[in-house]
Amino acid sequence: MRRLLTGNGAAAWGVRLAGAEYIPAFPITPQTEIIETISRWIGDGEFDARMVTMDSEHSMITAAGTAAATGVRVFSATSSQGLLYAMEMLYTVAGWRAPFVLVNVSRALSSPITLEPDHNDVLAARDSGFLQIHCATCQEVVDCLLLAYRLGEDERVRLPVIVNLDGYYLSFTREPVELPEEEVVRRFLPACDLQTAPIRAGDPVSQGVAVLGGSQYSYFRYETHAADRNGLTVFKEITREFARLTGRSYPAVEEYRAEDADIVFFMIGSFSTKAKAAIDCMRAEGQRVGLVRPRLLRPFPDEDIVKALQGKKGVAVLDQNISFGKGGILYAELASALYNADGRPEVLVSFIGGLGGRDISREEFFEMAKVTTRAAESGQIPAPRMLYTREELAQMHGLQAIAAAEMNTREEK
Amino acid sequence: MLRIRFHGRGGQGMKTASRILGSAFFLAGYEVQDAPRYGAERRGAPMFAYVRADKEIIYERGIISRPDLVVVADDSLLSLPVAGVAAGITPHSLLLIHSNHSPEDLQKKLALPCSILVLTAVPAGISCAAAASQLLGISWQIFKQAMEMELAALSEQQLTENKLAARNAYEQMAATNQQVVEQEEPDYSSANPPHWIELPFEDATISAPAIHGTATSLHMDTGSWRTLRPVINQERCSRCGLCHTYCPDGAINNDENGYPRIDYTHCKGCLICLVQCPLHAIESVPEQSPSYSNQQEEKQCADS
Repeated sequence: MRRLLTGNGAAAWGVRLAGAEYIPAFPITPQTEIIETISRWIGDGEFDARMVTMDSEHSMITAAGTAAATGVRVFSATSSQGLLYAMEMLYTVAGWRAPFVLVNVSRALSSPITLEPDHNDVLAARDSGFLQIHCATCQEVVDCLLLAYRLGEDERVRLPVIVNLDGYYLSFTREPVELPEEEVVRRFLPACDLQTAPIRAGDPVSQGVAVLGGSQYSYFRYETHAADRNGLTVFKEITREFARLTGRSYPAVEEYRAEDADIVFFMIGSFSTKAKAAIDCMRAEGQRVGLVRPRLLRPFPDEDIVKALQGKKGVAVLDQNISFGKGGILYAELASALYNADGRPEVLVSFIGGLGGRDISREEFFEMAKVTTRAAESGQIPAPRMLYTREELAQMHGLQAIAAAEMNTREEK
Repeated sequence: MLRIRFHGRGGQGMKTASRILGSAFFLAGYEVQDAPRYGAERRGAPMFAYVRADKEIIYERGIISRPDLVVVADDSLLSLPVAGVAAGITPHSLLLIHSNHSPEDLQKKLALPCSILVLTAVPAGISCAAAASQLLGISWQIFKQAMEMELAALSEQQLTENKLAARNAYEQMAATNQQVVEQEEPDYSSANPPHWIELPFEDATISAPAIHGTATSLHMDTGSWRTLRPVINQERCSRCGLCHTYCPDGAINNDENGYPRIDYTHCKGCLICLVQCPLHAIESVPEQSPSYSNQQEEKQCADS
């Protein structure tokens, strides 16, 4: 039966269905509703798990990693500055090869401070060893929680996984969600196999290993990379099984009306459904436009992306992030995947938009498609385009005029 | 697709109103999306919520830029630009305002191109949900079911009271012949392109975020956020100072005789003082209209 759930509610249901046993927690907007929901369930006796409130996200990830190393099923959640504060431990626990699931509810980073989303927070964890699944709907959130546990706990992977959902646009937004049957979940995701855990009571092991000289270090680091890459095969297998059980299919790369498209949008996250709305409009007037969206960002599904983009005239890459001094992160990742590929698209055009939750209008999707079409026809690639209007700059200059007046008043004093 | 936007203040029940409407559409067989929007501050601060309903899967997300129906719980929001009540209103939008003013007065004050309806039933939240449901053609049966779902945490008596209020608002709207018109988003060929610009480099003296004005919070009338006003009974007060100590906004100061005085321009009405007062010398009084109450306060100050 379908019911209305927020993205945060869907995440909490995913945790409950997965049977997480240990949940170290620390609040931060817009994630807090997830741990509030779980704590209410535990308090009401509806969900049997141990939740511990920690003194910071740094401690929270440490606790999550150590608990995971003992073989219990662990969940935790954070956002934005919280993820950054935990960053040291993200890298560390991934190195322990301790599998657990961390939900990140995307929220743009300081400075200036904001509450609304973009992807610079989760992309800062890109190289940590955590696998990353990016959701576009509340349905995907609950299903991807289950997929994430299967993926991370698989013997060929054994790494923690981040499931990302956008703050506000998913976290606080209710949509119809079909919860998987508990019996189906038990079949898809059996209880943790304690035998594989490195640490057991009365049998001490230290994972705080130091190595010098670089050779052993290189071995361990490359092994983590190899395990991460194995995630591609494992994800393919488990999503096939999940589709058989639930009828819901989650390829590593989603394609929407892309097969016969000349121009495609390439992006991640919940704004991709806004792209779909725009694509339907353009298709209604005969424009051959589609969407290619990596759901799995780590490991990066190069092969599937290359295949989906083969023979396209142009790709509009929309980055909801900005790597200062370089530009859009997805753009660079995509370019590196395509450079040596046969039949690669003729042009890639870079757009940066939706920073700090700035909306992207339907008209802007139309315009991105037009700009990319023109680039494909002329072979002239435009400079990366930040989605920002004359009207927005006028408003900003208005605020600066007020600030200048305030500064003058202060100096007069 | 139907696009509905609710405006209110945190605590007036507009998030719940939007969820009741969302659930009602869902029960009526629609695809639904509903979401509230607020910042870091909650109770009393302006907030809005939106609902989308369609027979097909909904891909659109985020704020509604061209609303078919706008529902306003609190007419003090109308003069507050930051509340954004008028955003994207077209001649086809319908504006429903919970107010004691007449539609003509509001029309004159707002000068908006759309039709205005006034709702007087109280309390605001549940009344707005019921009135909107009536205007959108949702049956009373389905509305009632949605309300019971969303208000499941309430006691039997609270639910009965809410049902009565809702029925009143639902009936009030039955008399109108105004209809909500489903407006279409502009299609591909008729859409206006965005006015994108190259963002120029600007010197760090202006392009790094900073607030130069000091004590700006003094200018912020957070007293308008109050839905309940704490009132101190001086005869009972022992001047223990706990209310002053616990007030999170520093809005309670002691006068020359050591009696606490509430700064109603900045008191947000959190009522922590009421809870802390060991002698129960503080009571809470509903604010009719925050702007009205502040005027009263100013009048009192002028009188004394």
